[in-house]
Amino acid sequence: MTAAPVETGPRGSSERGKLARARLLRSLLPALSLVLVLLAIAWLNPRAISYFGFSLMLNLAIPIALATIAQMFVIAGNELDLSIGTFVGFVGCVTATWLKDAPLVGVVILLASIGVYALLGALIHLRNLPSIVVTLGMSFVWQGLAILTLPKPGGKAPDWLLSLMAFKPPLVPFPIIAALLIAAVVYFGLMRTSYGVILRGSGGNAAALERAGWSLLKTKIVLFALAGLFGVLSGMALIGITTSADANIGNGYTLLSIAGVILGGGEFVGGRVSPIGAVIGALTLALAASPLLTFMHIPPDWQVAANGAILIIVLAARVLISRRER
Amino acid sequence: MPEASADIVRLDGAEKHFGAVRALAGVDFHVRAGECVGLVGHNGAGKSTLMHMVAGTLVPDSGQIAVRGVIEDNYSVPRAQQLGIRCVFQELSLCPNLSVAENTRINHPALSGFGWRRKAADLIAAKLDEIFPGHSISASDIASDLSIGRRQMVEVARAFTVTQDPLELVILDEPTSSLDAHTAGQLLAFVRRFVAAGRSCILISHLLGEVLGNADRIVVMRDGKVVASDAAKAFDRDRLVTTMGGAEAREKIAAEIATQKPEAGPLRVRARPARQEDGNELVAHAGEIIGLAGLAGHGQTDLLLAIFAAAARSKAGIEVTAPVALVAGDRQSDGIFPQWSIAQNIGIRSLARLRSGLLISPQREAELATFWQKKIGIRTPDMNNNIFSLSGGNQQKALFARALGSDAKIVLMDDPMRGVDIGTKLEVYDLVREEAGRGRTFLWYTTETEELDNCHQIYVFKNGRIVANLRRDELTEKKIIQSSFGDAA
Repeated sequence: MTAAPVETGPRGSSERGKLARARLLRSLLPALSLVLVLLAIAWLNPRAISYFGFSLMLNLAIPIALATIAQMFVIAGNELDLSIGTFVGFVGCVTATWLKDAPLVGVVILLASIGVYALLGALIHLRNLPSIVVTLGMSFVWQGLAILTLPKPGGKAPDWLLSLMAFKPPLVPFPIIAALLIAAVVYFGLMRTSYGVILRGSGGNAAALERAGWSLLKTKIVLFALAGLFGVLSGMALIGITTSADANIGNGYTLLSIAGVILGGGEFVGGRVSPIGAVIGALTLALAASPLLTFMHIPPDWQVAANGAILIIVLAARVLISRRER
Repeated sequence: MPEASADIVRLDGAEKHFGAVRALAGVDFHVRAGECVGLVGHNGAGKSTLMHMVAGTLVPDSGQIAVRGVIEDNYSVPRAQQLGIRCVFQELSLCPNLSVAENTRINHPALSGFGWRRKAADLIAAKLDEIFPGHSISASDIASDLSIGRRQMVEVARAFTVTQDPLELVILDEPTSSLDAHTAGQLLAFVRRFVAAGRSCILISHLLGEVLGNADRIVVMRDGKVVASDAAKAFDRDRLVTTMGGAEAREKIAAEIATQKPEAGPLRVRARPARQEDGNELVAHAGEIIGLAGLAGHGQTDLLLAIFAAAARSKAGIEVTAPVALVAGDRQSDGIFPQWSIAQNIGIRSLARLRSGLLISPQREAELATFWQKKIGIRTPDMNNNIFSLSGGNQQKALFARALGSDAKIVLMDDPMRGVDIGTKLEVYDLVREEAGRGRTFLWYTTETEELDNCHQIYVFKNGRIVANLRRDELTEKKIIQSSFGDAA
């Protein structure tokens, strides 16, 4: 059926083939940057490329990937969540205190916090508020709640969570399996299911969706609730790794998650996001953040700046490819 | 004999106000089964508002709507869909980030569960094959990759797909505005087959010939009211134009262009398309109106954009000797600054002249805007209103004002009259001829052969090349079609 493309006009199938190739190239870019970072690490320190090395290096990638996915749901609806970092911190504090001491209360608090996220989505849609303002405000609320829950660093993760995060499967390190699992589940949910189309469509052309009879209020609530859900998972995973909590533990995640989505091929507007890209972006950031820089003997003082430089290079490459696309 | 139950849809005394503007003033309207109703009227006459009510996207302030004789109290989009009423809106309403199949899914809640992607792809592909044979659109194409014409084809085909809900009535609002003559013909032929099978259709078009040739009955609207409703046979072009309150006829234009032979002024543009292999090139002098014809998307826009770029930075094969302004064809994505007022949208091309010191002088901006509001007849109480407060035709006028109000000696027009009512068109044609008389040069790409009447010289494009160069007196529709379809000479 597709064997013989018929040329019917200047913007015929060959032209669109070119566009599709450029898009493929762009979607491969996140994977390419990950491979580059891995090659650099392998070259600097061959011993790091091992079961143990990956387990260690990618440990913190799981919560980052989950937070990135949370951010991706918000971005898919043309919004931005500036509170995800402090929210992860708040969840961490609840996990290290209530969830261990009174599991039932802990679960209720976490579910309620997902509910708050859903309400934020409703508020943003109904009052037509800029999400940046609302979530910036919420970031202080979550921070305050985190400090109230755990005034001093401490607490302890529930044992089941500790053992889950310390799980050592044969052959393939746990963080890699977790990353594959997260990417596969979210890819299926958002990119393949029929309701996922509606969610992405709400970012692409909201008016068209409304005319077709879909509720934009519902899509926004669902997107924000999913962000809350993955934020909760991220906070729990983080505490499972670090074993204890601190009210400021997730603060860096806000910008990391945004960078991860964009690094993974997402765009701020237009409902163009990629779950697989986002997870790869998060892994790249996690690797480039500290292992790579440590191996390069870059002093910790300079690591944040070096991290930013890597980000700029990858994003610049993306812009160049996008330009070819148009 | 017509009885109430034979009506698919009936509106009685529908009224609608938007703020102080009365869009509909008590309209009675009905469509019978197996009937194609043509709806004509100038932009702002209330056609779109009326159709939004039939489709359920707008609720009338007063009046009632009945479907198949049953009065609907809580009429809405989902209810309309259940009853088999669909609408293809004038503004493109595909999600650009989704594929053709995924866009189909959006209109069909029933396309879900296991294997929905396959089902959606088959559904839309079959419908595209049926309406537009040889369309070369794949269900997996992302909508933003498609040209504007192909996007419109997808949208039309999508409206005719059927899953669980019945299909009784399809509203086509300017369905051919982005299609070339060939695909438009395919679509209209399909509409006739659809109606012959007992379904109904409402056809809104500014191409009166299209409505006269395809509708069974024609409803004319003016100022929010239905002013005439009669069998299509009872109308001819002149009666339609008179009923709509249209301006002077086409002959006047032809006569004016024929007498107004421009002196060979200084050379303004000399351009050769990138794909041109022989010596053909486009030449334009001061005071000339040059038409770019041919099927849609055969390199006309590309050449206009190349000329526009060459004005800023010299480019091989293109010579431009004066400042250039462009009137975009896709006004929503390439023309309008949606957040800005009408005055700001007009002033953007003339910022250097509007400056006082480092800042833009609001006073001069307002002067420019008011001047053009009067000159070109932009219908608004206040030029500081948002540009979206205007109807489509008036938005396009604002974009013309932007180009004509600037210092540009050369104006490039990328099929700008697409979807604009005939009254506005005639006003703009007059203005273009008047400005050409003052020495401005116009390069005018158009998909409507009638518009070429305004041109002194016409270049026909095929596959990115100029294949024919006709003078005004040599121009016939047949010649253009021959050159568009024939082998490149």
